[in-house]
Amino acid sequence: MKRNPYSTGGISRRTFSAGLGAAGLLAGTTPFNIVRAQGAPLKVGVLLPRSGYQAGIGQDCQRGVDVAGGLLKDLGYPALQVVNADTESSVDVARSRAEKLIGEGAQLLIGAFDSGQSSAIAQVAEQKGIPYVINIAAAPPITEQGYKFVFRNFPTAGMILSDAFANQKEVFAAAGASPKSVVFLVENDTFGVAMQKGISVVMPKFDMPYKVLDTISYDPTARDLSVEVAKAKATGAEALLVVSRLNDAILLTRELVKQRWSPQAILSMGPGWYEDQYLKTLGKLADGPLSFVPWYDPNKPLSKKLEEAIAKAHPGLNMNTNHVYTFEALLVAADAYKRAGSTDPKALADAVRTTNITNNVSPGPGIMFNAKGQNDKLKDSAIQNRGGKLVTVAPKQAANAKVEWPMKPYDKRA
Amino acid sequence: MAGLVPAIHVFPAKSHEGVEARHKAGHDAGARSPRIHRDSFVPIDVYLNVAIGGVLTGLVYGLMALGLSVIFGVVRVVNFAHGEMMTMAMYAVITVFAALHLDPLVLLVPVALAMFAFGYLVQASIINPFITRPEHSQFLLLVAMATIIVNVLLIVFGPDAQNVQVSYAFDSYQIGKIIVDATKLYAGIAAIVVAGGLFAFFQYTSLGTAIRACADNYTGALVVGLDVKHLYALTFGLGTACVGAAGTILLLIFDVTPSAGPAYTLLAFVIVITGGLGSMPGALVGGVLIGLTEAMAGLLFTPSAKSMFSFAILVLVLLLRPQGIMGRRAA
Repeated sequence: MKRNPYSTGGISRRTFSAGLGAAGLLAGTTPFNIVRAQGAPLKVGVLLPRSGYQAGIGQDCQRGVDVAGGLLKDLGYPALQVVNADTESSVDVARSRAEKLIGEGAQLLIGAFDSGQSSAIAQVAEQKGIPYVINIAAAPPITEQGYKFVFRNFPTAGMILSDAFANQKEVFAAAGASPKSVVFLVENDTFGVAMQKGISVVMPKFDMPYKVLDTISYDPTARDLSVEVAKAKATGAEALLVVSRLNDAILLTRELVKQRWSPQAILSMGPGWYEDQYLKTLGKLADGPLSFVPWYDPNKPLSKKLEEAIAKAHPGLNMNTNHVYTFEALLVAADAYKRAGSTDPKALADAVRTTNITNNVSPGPGIMFNAKGQNDKLKDSAIQNRGGKLVTVAPKQAANAKVEWPMKPYDKRA
Repeated sequence: MAGLVPAIHVFPAKSHEGVEARHKAGHDAGARSPRIHRDSFVPIDVYLNVAIGGVLTGLVYGLMALGLSVIFGVVRVVNFAHGEMMTMAMYAVITVFAALHLDPLVLLVPVALAMFAFGYLVQASIINPFITRPEHSQFLLLVAMATIIVNVLLIVFGPDAQNVQVSYAFDSYQIGKIIVDATKLYAGIAAIVVAGGLFAFFQYTSLGTAIRACADNYTGALVVGLDVKHLYALTFGLGTACVGAAGTILLLIFDVTPSAGPAYTLLAFVIVITGGLGSMPGALVGGVLIGLTEAMAGLLFTPSAKSMFSFAILVLVLLLRPQGIMGRRAA
């Protein structure tokens, strides 16, 4: 019988295969696992409303995800493996997608813009023991449930309102003027009604210089807001206080121009008035409104880098809240993974809890969480539309421009 | 026969006594009661401004509903895709405007003609076989068409609101303290012109007379040798041309989204039922009434409850005059 020319002396193929299997088993033991975790990217599930009625916002948040990879690498953070999921703007879908992501091996979750969807994901994350970093959601109860795996780097509704009135007073002081009266225009959906209630509770604490002459609530899906503006104009108020969204902000501005009413100021406590679509649609007529919103500190070095990355990826697009807070959620994840040195959920959660990132984008001292998992050091900003761009006028520490007051009359804009 | 008699009533020869149930004592008591909790006094010019705006918008609403009324009056098919067809026309205007920067008022006739052709083809190829089928079949057919239109528009144009930026978009005319929105004024005038043209067509042309004959007596029209199917297709085409014109004009005032279609369909129904299903003047009167009611309700009560008042008018009309303000009671 001839000897097999491929035989390796006394070691048969079977013996070699068995040895290889044993080596594989050894590689699977704990010390090797840790080494592998440090080398492999952290699997992060990003839940956003990519379809449904919040699709536009979800897709905008995604821009913050898209530019994060390069920036985090430059900052020396380990790589993240992002797994995208669509909540379809639905609470139930958000819950099931979170479960699916965890089932598929996601080691940390991020999302989901909306408070209802974020609450549902928080329940799943807590139940499964997977860290969850909320990018945008303002409902206070989410971080009041005693959750151990849920963290929020976004101001609560109470923080937003308090900062809004504080920033208004700062703006008035800087301008050396303030309106004596306002008319409050508010859309009557869940967000608008919640804001209206919150404002009625928070505003008295700030001793504002103006009196609210009338509150006009309207349907956010209304096709025509001429009556609302006529009614507001008839109050003789010096300024507008508004809680609206994009489409109604555009409609309100058009009516202000058509009805030849240029208030001293437009003070917005919600989205719409600073959004890119508003600026592009209205051109010079978009200048002037002040929005009191969670924003970014334009003076921080990382803000400039993020701004550049967004501008490079999406020329002509202004950086906004959606990009900033979604990026920062990933920053928190990468930072925690770097410090934990492991994908173990508990170790990751412990690392997130002890976050202390001062090289960040949002206003305030940095990203750090209290015992409830809330970053209560965050500050909101007052921003003003200026020549198709947005400048920050308050708080002083995070400002890059002086407020323009009063708003230039619409009929004086060539 | 109980129920409504579908027919087109052009300039009724005599007034309908008792039509104005609103004139009855106490009928509008609720609407007139001053339940306004306001600190400030609203000047009279604000009421006038709002009323003028409401009437002008109502005229365009009326033109939109006119198409629905014409189709039902003759073909006896309720077009449940009416609003969706209007959004189709609006997107057509947006597309042409983006490419050629042509004013929507210039595009009024071409878009109306294109919609006429679309309506003619739809009636001739899809709806005609359903004419003799049960009403629920017609309903399902047109609801399916509406769903298809909405979804195709969504795929092609996306969910965001779109509009046309004409040079006079922000213009207004001021006479004393009265400020009239230029786009609404042009839209209202255009609506009157188009509606007038349609009235004249039905009243003074032989084709219009033939269509009215079909509406009044289907069997008689067949007996005298009229090509009823062709006339039905023409009528459906006229109805869609009407709604196409309304959409083109409405784009001067409102933005459009694919999902706006069903809301416009509902609005058209409210208007034609209020004005009188099958009555052409009724559609315009209903449109103006609903436009004015919504505007004044927004001013006197709360803007977020505007729609509630138009539906309240509808309920009142159904209770007090089921055939509508200018509708003809069934024989």
